[in-house]
Amino acid sequence: MNEPAITPELVAKHNLTPEEFARVQEILGRPPSYTELGIFSVMWSEHCSYKNTRPLLKTFPTRSPRILVGAGEENAGIMDIGDGLAIAFKMESHNHPSAVEPFQGAATGVGGIVRDIFTMGARPICSMDSLRFGDLSSPEVRRLFGGVVAGIAHYGNCFGIPTVGGEVYFDRSFEGNPLVNVFCLGVLRHSQIARGAAKGIGNPVFYVGPATGRDGLAGAAFASQDLTEESADQQRGAVQVGDPFMEKLVCEACLELLATGAVAGMQDMGAAGLTCSTCETAARAGTGIEIELEKVPQRAPNMTPYEIMLSESQERMLIIVHKGREEEVKRIFDKWDLPWAEIGVVTDTGRMVVLNHGQAVADIPARKIADESPVYQREAKEPAYLEAVRAFTLASVPDTTKPEEDLKTLLNWPTIASKNWVYRQYDHMVRDGSVVCPGSDAAVVRIKSDSLPPLPVQTADSAAVPVSEVLPESLEKFVAMTSDCNATYVYLDPYEGGKAAVVEAARNLACSGATPLGVTDNLNFGNPHNPELFWQLRESVRGLGDACRALNTPVTGGNCSLYNQSPAGPIDPTPTVGMVGLIDKAEHITTQWFKDAGDIIILLGEVVDGQDPLLGLGGSAYLQRIHGLKTGLPPRCDLDQARTLHEAVRSLIYGGRIKSAHDCSEGGLAVAVAECCLTHHVARETQSLIGAQLDLTSFEKKRVDALLFGETQSRVVVSTSAVHAAQVVAQAGILGVKATRIGVVGGDALVVKTAAGEWRWAVADLFDGWWNALARAMGG
Amino acid sequence: MYFAVLQFPASNCDQDAVHALRLLGHKAELLWHKETSLGNADAVICPGGFSYGDYLRCGAIARFSPVMQAVQQFASNGGMVLGICNGFQVLCEAGLLPGALIRNRSLQFRCEHIFVKTLNRQSPFTCSIPEDKLLRIPVAHGEGCYFADSATLEKLQAGRQILWEYCDARGQVIDTASPNGSLMNIAGICNERGNVAGLMPHPERACELLLGSDDGRFIFESMILTLSQKSAARAA
Repeated sequence: MNEPAITPELVAKHNLTPEEFARVQEILGRPPSYTELGIFSVMWSEHCSYKNTRPLLKTFPTRSPRILVGAGEENAGIMDIGDGLAIAFKMESHNHPSAVEPFQGAATGVGGIVRDIFTMGARPICSMDSLRFGDLSSPEVRRLFGGVVAGIAHYGNCFGIPTVGGEVYFDRSFEGNPLVNVFCLGVLRHSQIARGAAKGIGNPVFYVGPATGRDGLAGAAFASQDLTEESADQQRGAVQVGDPFMEKLVCEACLELLATGAVAGMQDMGAAGLTCSTCETAARAGTGIEIELEKVPQRAPNMTPYEIMLSESQERMLIIVHKGREEEVKRIFDKWDLPWAEIGVVTDTGRMVVLNHGQAVADIPARKIADESPVYQREAKEPAYLEAVRAFTLASVPDTTKPEEDLKTLLNWPTIASKNWVYRQYDHMVRDGSVVCPGSDAAVVRIKSDSLPPLPVQTADSAAVPVSEVLPESLEKFVAMTSDCNATYVYLDPYEGGKAAVVEAARNLACSGATPLGVTDNLNFGNPHNPELFWQLRESVRGLGDACRALNTPVTGGNCSLYNQSPAGPIDPTPTVGMVGLIDKAEHITTQWFKDAGDIIILLGEVVDGQDPLLGLGGSAYLQRIHGLKTGLPPRCDLDQARTLHEAVRSLIYGGRIKSAHDCSEGGLAVAVAECCLTHHVARETQSLIGAQLDLTSFEKKRVDALLFGETQSRVVVSTSAVHAAQVVAQAGILGVKATRIGVVGGDALVVKTAAGEWRWAVADLFDGWWNALARAMGG
Repeated sequence: MYFAVLQFPASNCDQDAVHALRLLGHKAELLWHKETSLGNADAVICPGGFSYGDYLRCGAIARFSPVMQAVQQFASNGGMVLGICNGFQVLCEAGLLPGALIRNRSLQFRCEHIFVKTLNRQSPFTCSIPEDKLLRIPVAHGEGCYFADSATLEKLQAGRQILWEYCDARGQVIDTASPNGSLMNIAGICNERGNVAGLMPHPERACELLLGSDDGRFIFESMILTLSQKSAARAA
């Protein structure tokens, strides 16, 4: 066999340091083969091994009574939701591929996360996406944005999963390095949890799904490097090509197969394809695996062992089958017209052995490569730019004299503007479960009996299906979910920004009537070898962890994406938080928009944090968009106050008197109230706009800009009918939350009266700019 | 009544159709595309989705499935067949309905609630729809623009085969009301005989107020009413 000689240059090209290479030799007791070098290179890349982040990830809270499969154990975490049901959910990134090939990069991102869910035995029922791009004035940014959205739409729609929520941000720091974080949630019965472990010595190992090609070669390694100008040309081959139709068939076939009980272990071939799935399943079970490459279905001619092991061709699964049950695999995969191949066997050697026509091309101890990758404690140093950030005061910023213009400008700002241009390209209603679609604070999805994977099948020698497995047709559950991160806050204060991401997610869930259950995190940062960037990572993780502990939302799993930087510089640190909650009853489901004229508007929380010298304007959308300043310490987040507020919002909602709830975030109070007037969408070209008259005169001596656009944390705007308003205010007080009547719903204008003046906007006018901003920026 | 809901590879809205019909109190089962018999189905639903990944053209491959032969036979015997979204595309490809569905004028996939006006309330698919009632139903498609040549369009009009047109909230049939640029704002049609219909909107997503609208019920209830009258007539 003509494999290249292992030279120091080749090792460096594989992103392994000399020390790491020495360790490889130590593990093997000899120099590696070329194929083995490739295998170690992907398994020990940051993307697969988390070697730079594992010490930090260990600081997250990861336990709660509801957790059935925890962070780090399997491909996705699983939480109990009662009545023998559970949810599997996770978020993952596909940033680098989307930067060079936005459509397929984003599409395969969806494919990857959906597989992580059904590999656990859950039926995927919904997804979300958290996207970040540069400034839309750049044609290149528009190309990436359009391509990513089209890619997600293509994959999700064809697979048949509703994309029900997410977020889109636009900031210069993401130019050239877009972020594409995709979340998926699935449902299963407790008894259906499948694990990625190669159990049972002698069990056959099956490969199912389309044939292996050269696409996506070493994608994991590509993801673990900075992007360069040459990346586009050089790395296009590393971008995988997705086929959602194939994935849908593979998903149905796998869920059907799992129901037969023939599966001993299952794992998807995602990052590092065949390599990762074989050594990880062996490592988990403490067994070994032997595979024969000539049995692997191939769709390109003359593929080398290196290529077969490192290919990231999509929609493939590795299934360990109980010996004697092989016929079931064949029957089911033939039914769905899917390729399958028996490619190996589980052994007792603890080694991953790869044979090619009888010759061993790789022979590696599974646990050593999967679990004992190097771990680094990177150097962290507080970034120099923070000094100026902390020193910033409002002395140099005069109060606004034109709030009428400011509100319009903010509502038209792509980061704040309506995202309908995006989500109308996603089928967000398939599966008859979308109760609250994109456009409110959190998405709400209904779980019903057909959300579940097929029932376990009764066979001649199995016991009757227990009664607990057969759920009443009428069983319904409501799951709420949101994705949040204000990366500007994290850039300006990584600890506070990390906290804020978790708190904002929990606040959004509370506004929908949900109690949060858990979090999946997607950490998007720059090069970890840069001490200042690593400091950002360390501090954000600390903030995330503290907030998750205070709000009782353990981390069930997630993803790290490092090396997000281009020659122009690193991205703003972005620890995206995906949070999931439960709503007990349909009548508690609450939406963002005002409902009826005459309803009273109440602000829960302090209108402006008196302790904040920047009055909530630090890092605000207002400061960025109106004054062109991205500086100042962001608003502090008091975790006790947040917890009290969220519990109060839920209590008030359960009391049945809250007609709408919306939290204040980017753009502050004025934007939040405007959104309540604008977001009720009935049908195509059919809005249900309603005005509001706000009286903020009781808030004396506040700067107008701080009052209207400051982003003080822990504030929620609710509305209730006039007869209940006094009760709601009183009730909030009892629950420990300040509540102030600030206005009344009705009319065709938004009117805001403060001690300094009164301003008026026709709602239809505000709507036009807000609704059409993205479409206009994208040319239709 | 027993509805057979066809299941092609990657029909994604098949379970939704079953769910909606069962919600309305009727028997509904999935029928795998390789089956050659419809059993004792009273009506057939050809559901939405991306059958065969929309390879070649939407519905182009599904129409060759073994089960479609049984559907052709069923339809020529007067059996009721309803095609929804991709199902509509399949029926056009199979020649059971005239015309074709092409790429949305905007070239983008569109998912949103729309309004349709019912033009012919004498068909088995519309007889339970109250007069002047606009139906608010979701669409979700990338290829929903109805196209046929002018001779076919004239024939459809003359034969009162255009069942639904996209309209705005006030019932006006105008360009901006259409999510896809269909000729004459056509949202759904039936065949000459009136027993086979297709529409791009998804009535099975509009059978519960919890999901935003229950106007879709009227279409299924029309079918059920027609079937009940037929079986009562036979019994008599």
